[in-house]
Amino acid sequence: MAGYRLAGGGGRVDRSKVLRFRFDGETITGFAGDTIASALLASGRLMVARSFKYHRPRGVFSAGSEEPNALVTIGEAARTTPNVQTTMAEASEGLVVRSQNAWPSLNNDFGALTGLLSPFLAAGFYYKTFIGPFRGAWMLYEPIIRRAAGMGAATREPDPDRYEHAHGFCDVLVVGGGPAGLAAALAAGRSGARVILVDENAEFGGASVLDTATIDGSDTAGWVRSAVAELAVLQNVRLLRRTAVYGYYDGNVLAGTERLPAGDAAAPRERHWRFQARQVILATGAMERPIVFAGNDTPGVMLLGAALAYVRHYGVAAGRAVTVFANNDAAWHQAAALAETGITIKAIIDPRDAGPEDSAKTLRAAGTVFYTGHVVTAAEGGKAVSGVVIAQFDSTAGNVSGGATTIDSDSLLVSGGWTPNVNLASQAGEPPVFDSGTGAFIPGTPREAWAAAGAMTGKLALQSAIESGFEVGVETVKSLGFNALPTTFTVENPNQEVGFLPLYEIPSNGPGKAFVDMQHDVKASDVRLARREGFSAPEHLKRYTTLGMAADQGRTSNVNALAIMAAEEGRPIAEVGTTRFRPPYSPVTFGAIVGRATGKHFQPVRRTPMHDWHEKAGADMINVGQWQRPRVYRRPGESVEDAYIREARAVRNSVGITDVSTLGKIDVQGPDAATFLDRVYTNTFSTLPVGKARYGLMLRDDGFLYDDGTTWRLTETRYLMTTTTGNAAGVMALLEFGLAVDWPDLKVALTSLTEQWAGVAIAGPQARALLTKVITDIDFSDKALPFMGVRTGRLGDVDVLVSRLSFSGELAYEVYCGADFGLVLWTTLLEAGEEFDCTPYGLEALGTLRIEKGHVIHDEMDGRTGVHDLGLEKMFSKKKDFVGKPMALRAALTDPGRKRLVGLKSLDGKPIRAGAQLVTGSDPNLPGGSQGQVTSMGYSPAVEAYIALALLERGPERHGETLYAADPVRGLHGPVKVCAPCFYDPDGSRMHG
Amino acid sequence: MFVIKCPNCGERDLSEFSYGGEAHISRPEWRDEMSDTEWAEFVFMRTNPKGVFAERWNHAAGCRRWFNMLRNTATDDILAVYGMGEEPPEVTANLPATPSGEAAIGSGNDEAKVIDAGDAADGGGGA
Repeated sequence: MAGYRLAGGGGRVDRSKVLRFRFDGETITGFAGDTIASALLASGRLMVARSFKYHRPRGVFSAGSEEPNALVTIGEAARTTPNVQTTMAEASEGLVVRSQNAWPSLNNDFGALTGLLSPFLAAGFYYKTFIGPFRGAWMLYEPIIRRAAGMGAATREPDPDRYEHAHGFCDVLVVGGGPAGLAAALAAGRSGARVILVDENAEFGGASVLDTATIDGSDTAGWVRSAVAELAVLQNVRLLRRTAVYGYYDGNVLAGTERLPAGDAAAPRERHWRFQARQVILATGAMERPIVFAGNDTPGVMLLGAALAYVRHYGVAAGRAVTVFANNDAAWHQAAALAETGITIKAIIDPRDAGPEDSAKTLRAAGTVFYTGHVVTAAEGGKAVSGVVIAQFDSTAGNVSGGATTIDSDSLLVSGGWTPNVNLASQAGEPPVFDSGTGAFIPGTPREAWAAAGAMTGKLALQSAIESGFEVGVETVKSLGFNALPTTFTVENPNQEVGFLPLYEIPSNGPGKAFVDMQHDVKASDVRLARREGFSAPEHLKRYTTLGMAADQGRTSNVNALAIMAAEEGRPIAEVGTTRFRPPYSPVTFGAIVGRATGKHFQPVRRTPMHDWHEKAGADMINVGQWQRPRVYRRPGESVEDAYIREARAVRNSVGITDVSTLGKIDVQGPDAATFLDRVYTNTFSTLPVGKARYGLMLRDDGFLYDDGTTWRLTETRYLMTTTTGNAAGVMALLEFGLAVDWPDLKVALTSLTEQWAGVAIAGPQARALLTKVITDIDFSDKALPFMGVRTGRLGDVDVLVSRLSFSGELAYEVYCGADFGLVLWTTLLEAGEEFDCTPYGLEALGTLRIEKGHVIHDEMDGRTGVHDLGLEKMFSKKKDFVGKPMALRAALTDPGRKRLVGLKSLDGKPIRAGAQLVTGSDPNLPGGSQGQVTSMGYSPAVEAYIALALLERGPERHGETLYAADPVRGLHGPVKVCAPCFYDPDGSRMHG
Repeated sequence: MFVIKCPNCGERDLSEFSYGGEAHISRPEWRDEMSDTEWAEFVFMRTNPKGVFAERWNHAAGCRRWFNMLRNTATDDILAVYGMGEEPPEVTANLPATPSGEAAIGSGNDEAKVIDAGDAADGGGGA
């Protein structure tokens, strides 16, 4: 028991609203406004986590997003979120919180035995498992290492919560709502500029609340309240709390995630922000830096400023017998402020000769013992601090010089100075530069349109932070053309002194572990080991030790690690430099990135006008690109295969109809339409008579097949082009590119009509009889409407466009009408077709019918095949130029050895799987090399066998050969006979009849 | 990650646009005697510079018109937007130095690269 709730105080909690949540099954009581960390501290919980590698007991170390230790899993079942910082997560009624990386319990963690193995788990140990005598066993112990070292586990259930994407456009984005950020937002907001002020915490104010100063006559908390109130009423200012800006990208785009408070079921759980700012003001502040010493990770060791924040914000004290270890004046002021709230500061340990006199006076009066010229060499206690070992320190030599003494203490508060938070500045700027005033790095030169203000630039004192924030705000809006007036702020009784002795590590010869990066369990000795093994450059040090790579991005560890490395190298820290920071600054959930684009909303769904009819008829729907198409219309008791065989038979025997509304349709018109089509198709369209359609092929510039479809000449200067369902947008873009870039002189206009027209294909021997019944103003006789003929007519009151086309090889027509009348067209055909047993058929039947005819689709035109490969040479005009022609004529593309289209017939009565490889070996274990692959398959009711199309080396020369379709993944290896790709009615008498 | 000023529609988000590759490459007039090399130049070969690059963009989710743009490939700064068929304006671009000092065209340590087949035969190339 160390922490406890004070009788009063705590500006962020509402003591009238008690809330309860569970931590590892135990009920924890807190107040509205508490974070999980403050409530746990108040309840006296010290140990709240086990560490990543050595399973060391860990407690709350900070009060903000720098927290390396106190990570937990919150929520249950599908709402489980692992690795949540207790210092950032707000407590809520009924919340379930669990500790991580501990088994069977936090207090008795079996994994802590790994601590005994620590000599073998030093920096780079993982890489060393690849070499040396035990490398053979790597596969054995790799999973064990992975399981032992870790953090929380994510849920495998789908996320039931909603996430949103939001866009924030502004003149000025202010990142960080501490004193500098607030001042900058005031300056910018008063000018009328559109301002967004963002802070990762639940409340604005940053570290100002830790200062006992007054600003313009009110205390810091009061000043923050009035500044926020002023900003809140400005229409041009948006305030975003709980929003962590995690990335700074090109073009002044920044990304952030906003956590929404629990309790509002209608609100999303998180909102992902994309900010587009003309100018950015970075006021990301500074974070208190720990000092590295043995046992510095023991629960009960905490940052000094954090302890003060817990008192001020939540009315929570860190301990009853508190010691302070500090190397700077600001820390003495904070200690004095703590003492003034009634907390007993037993001792203050400082390597310097003296602290600032005013605070020393307060502390002396409160009974604090001063150990100046001393340092802490170790924190004792294991699971909770019980004592602090101190020793005399020679600050000139930089080492411990005197005998050790132990002070009984339950709480050790540490302050090693302040580290400017340069993460975002480094993402969008030149490397950070060393600043001796803070003993850390401050922002380098910007590469994007940003300016830095406040503590992140090394201006730690409140007065200078506020003034720099306001100045930068004024300058920024002036550069954007707004008028801004300077303002002065009167800061009284500030913590003026910034006396500071650089001290990063207390070297130790004892057995205690001294941690640099607590989240990734990187010790000071690991930094030294990395250097001995040649990884002394900061970027190498980071990767070899994993230092700074954890979810906290090394907020508390980077500078100390660089300082230790610099000392080892005997070089100044400035020369060692730092790593480049990269996004994300703070963890981003997949939910936030995905936003609404998940499940049904993953991409737009396109439905044809007949969609509802298909669904009512019980069709299995399937996605083709974004389109939903019927796969089969299963009757009770039918399998998919039963259904498509029945549907395909109906087409061959009588008549069937299928919804072809999804085909791409492009209106091509203008005086040069014919010339244009001649240039984009491999065959000629200028010679096509009005009232006729022609099948066309398009190539890419590299000579491979791109798309196919029929194009109908409606008038001399107007064509209707159809494309495949999946490629409609691509073909449209290709045509537009041709007109804009290659042939701007051609007078052609393109309009996409895909969604304006509904279409039905009517196929089968009774197709003519059926259409004659419903469209009475067209003569459907073979003479009047021959194969590939196009006519306009009327179906009842509906204008229709009819073309005699066949994909199935039967006598067939396609009928198009305005999309609004698609359902009328469909149901009229079905009702009139009852006497012919007119059968709706889906994609599977369509597929089997076209395979029987050897027609290719994108299964065969897969981007790697040309006209020669698919036996389409007769479509390749020798008389004219067209896109892709020269490349298609390359020797490599016309090589007879290429894989070319063939048909396959199963010889064992079993299906031939699409994707199976064609081999000569009958033994599945000795298949021989692949000579081709199956592209599409189906059961053919006409052939009464499973058939397939395939691409086979020298295919056309090999009809009659027996090969094996090898599909080792599914354990299939069946004999097939190679044949011509057309299985049915090769002379076309049925469709021409 | 930037805003593009479409010449027809004004400033719009990048996500509305699609990329069309290097600009000012014109389709050769087809002749029987054209060499494979000549076609390969048109179809495959692109300059890929570090610095000012003329490229084609289409406002696909807007006016669907093509236009040309000069972009600094090192910084993603947009330097100019101009119409199809127009000459690129004169611009200057800031080229930030990279730690290893890459060349303006290509990247990496050129001394270690196989520049041509002759070098490779001498064993000059790196594995």
